[in-house]
Amino acid sequence: MESNYVKFETVCRILEENSFDKSKLIPILQAIQEEYRYLPEEILAFIASSLNISPAKVYGVATFFAHFALQLKGKHIVKVCDGTACHVKKSAGLIDALKNKLGLKAGEHSTKDNLFTIETVSCLGACGLAPVLLIDDDVHGQMTPDKAVKLIDVILGQEGAKE
Amino acid sequence: MEKYLTINRRKVFFNNEKNLLEVIRKENIELPTFCYHSEFSAYGSCRLCMIEIEGKGISPACSTLPENGMEIKTNTEQIIEMRKIIVELLLANHDRDCTTCAKSETCRLQTLARRLGVEEIRFKNVIHKKSKDLSTYSLVRESSKCVLCGDCVRFCDEIQSVGALGFANRGSQSVVCPTFSKDLESSECVYCGQCARVCPTGAIMPRSEVNYVWKALSNSNKKVIVAIAPAVRAAIGEVFGLSGENGTEAAGKIVTVLRSMGFAKVFDISFSADMTIVEEANEFVERLGKDRDMPMFTSCCPAWVKFVERYYPDFIPNLSSCRSPQGMYGAVAKKIIPEMLGIPKEDLVVVSVMPCTAKKFEARRPELSKDGIADIDYVLTTQELARMIEEAGLCFGELEPSSFDMPLGFKTGSGIIFGNSGGVTEAVLRNVVNNKSDGIDEADQFNFVRGENGLREAKINLNGKELNIAIVYGLKNARKILRDIKVDKSRYNFVEVMACPGGCIGGAGQPVYTDLAVRNTRTKVLYENDKTMELHKSQDNLYVQKIYRDYLGNPGSHSAHEYLHTGYKYTKRFKETFGIYKPLKENYIKINICFGNNCIQKGSKDILKHIMSFIENSDYKDSVGIDVSICLEKCSKGPVVRVAGKTIERCTSESAEKAILEELKRI
Repeated sequence: MESNYVKFETVCRILEENSFDKSKLIPILQAIQEEYRYLPEEILAFIASSLNISPAKVYGVATFFAHFALQLKGKHIVKVCDGTACHVKKSAGLIDALKNKLGLKAGEHSTKDNLFTIETVSCLGACGLAPVLLIDDDVHGQMTPDKAVKLIDVILGQEGAKE
Repeated sequence: MEKYLTINRRKVFFNNEKNLLEVIRKENIELPTFCYHSEFSAYGSCRLCMIEIEGKGISPACSTLPENGMEIKTNTEQIIEMRKIIVELLLANHDRDCTTCAKSETCRLQTLARRLGVEEIRFKNVIHKKSKDLSTYSLVRESSKCVLCGDCVRFCDEIQSVGALGFANRGSQSVVCPTFSKDLESSECVYCGQCARVCPTGAIMPRSEVNYVWKALSNSNKKVIVAIAPAVRAAIGEVFGLSGENGTEAAGKIVTVLRSMGFAKVFDISFSADMTIVEEANEFVERLGKDRDMPMFTSCCPAWVKFVERYYPDFIPNLSSCRSPQGMYGAVAKKIIPEMLGIPKEDLVVVSVMPCTAKKFEARRPELSKDGIADIDYVLTTQELARMIEEAGLCFGELEPSSFDMPLGFKTGSGIIFGNSGGVTEAVLRNVVNNKSDGIDEADQFNFVRGENGLREAKINLNGKELNIAIVYGLKNARKILRDIKVDKSRYNFVEVMACPGGCIGGAGQPVYTDLAVRNTRTKVLYENDKTMELHKSQDNLYVQKIYRDYLGNPGSHSAHEYLHTGYKYTKRFKETFGIYKPLKENYIKINICFGNNCIQKGSKDILKHIMSFIENSDYKDSVGIDVSICLEKCSKGPVVRVAGKTIERCTSESAEKAILEELKRI
């Protein structure tokens, strides 16, 4: 038995709380992403139909903001800062090292086991510690490729221990 | 007080112009733009219409209101340099294969680069060439030629209320694409092709079938016949510099070129348009008498038909079941021409020349075929015909006109005005309203249905009964009318809808134009052409009468239905169904609950809740599966629930439970 009822009911509740108002599309999408960890396509189509706007428009908003994800995000989210300061301090090297470590090809952001998602963000506001990355809610400053890979190893160790 | 401003130190008066761009263009200064069209909202993204306003600096003219006393300069050194840079940047990530691009010579980016004297591009070329979107029969999308002006997005949304295209992503990743970045066929597109008409470049183009037609023509085993739609003759002259102020009716020249290309017979869609009128008027009078499925909607426009099928399945019965003139031409041609030419049916190739991209889709509808053979083999647009004329090296302007072949080349004026918005209505009125008093000018008798407005109404007395008619172009206008009809079914008796502005003369397959006055010229050409005809009423068409006599019997007869009528089916708006509950067993009862807009408002959520708790607390957990759909398309009868294939309209929690229990007893 497999039930999506609770999630679907939540979507309906979110739409009701926003009174099916198309001008509240962004808060609606935010709330739905909270629930699903991403924005499933069929839910986007459902929202478009319920708000009486074209699916293309909903898709446009969902792809405009970096916050919204159209694919399921991993359990751990690694945000690598690529703002000016971090970029100058070679954040690109961090991204390459992490992707290499996690076996992600160009255009891929999440590992196949959905344990990690790597994102680049414009600025984390910690330019003094550049290059910076954020794993879930923890900030790690003055990163090097080696240090970054070690951080991943630590999490992998913890995850392995849980099993 | 008269308001004025100065443009390049010249005093200019203005009244109600929407923005500075309109004021400036009225003064015959052609400020360049990609993203501005007077038909829809100003967007201000291309930044090409920059002007300098004294005291305000540089602003885009398209989104600045004219103010009294403004001093404007349109061509300062700074502005010229800015425009050049914009064009260079656009060209830097543009697929610059101009020599092989079908839009070459009508491309506004190409024209502008020349006009602004862009001789070198100082930026590195960074195009990401993606494969073409060839998913539809009607259009080809090539995103590496897109300049992101959004004209297609706004036309589709604001004029057609379809919204098949949208912007996606952001910054350097921005693209225009169909819903969910899928191909066009999977989107809500109804193939009207107006996106291609407004596209300044070759990013969206009508899909060409020219090569297939040449191939058929060079095959000595095949006989290829062709027919041209009314609107084609009013526009093709534009490509060859023959338009002039009053336009040119070029049917005779078209016949000559088609013959020299090797077409065995050259016919006129106006003939089958006459046939459509005879059949459709007959259907109308019958339906009016029985008050069945009224108001009746015209069905000549395939984009409109598709629109009804997709968005308003409740209204499908209102569509006239008559085929479009193209559909009738194909069916009649495949029936009678093989015998006439003494060839087997398989060796006949039927081509039509249309002002329209949706006709390409229509020709592939399974309803328009017999015994697995399509009635129409290839559909060319006016643009494609012009290209073929060029390819064949025929000097269109110099050619002597010739006349169409019989029998499918004979027409009355009614068949010609079909190409204009209001033309079908006028032709139907000429047929059904019997006015035998002498001295009436048949061509002008019902000219009150004509007009430039996208939403017009007319009243007429038919045998003592008042008929209310609506004439519409643009699908957003059609939505308005449908909303009114939902409220009051008796508001209209007859509704004509054409998807494209101005009707078929403004179709997306016509030569590219930007000046909207071109539409009026084409409209006028067809009305003038009607006046020169000997006959004006479709029922007077001798050859139409003959075809009925020899092959079809009376209008509305069984045979006429077989060849001249068609059927429609609803296409789901969203393919998505959302799995709510899936049991382990393989054999289970499928329940589908509609969560379309109407059904949600009418309580489908409560029904779902009830069914869920009913099932979870029962022994049937593993015998029932639940899906949610958007939508089951019975919006007027919601909430709708489907239990094991049976549809329950106006469903309640109780009636759903009852139906499920009944089904459960069976297994």
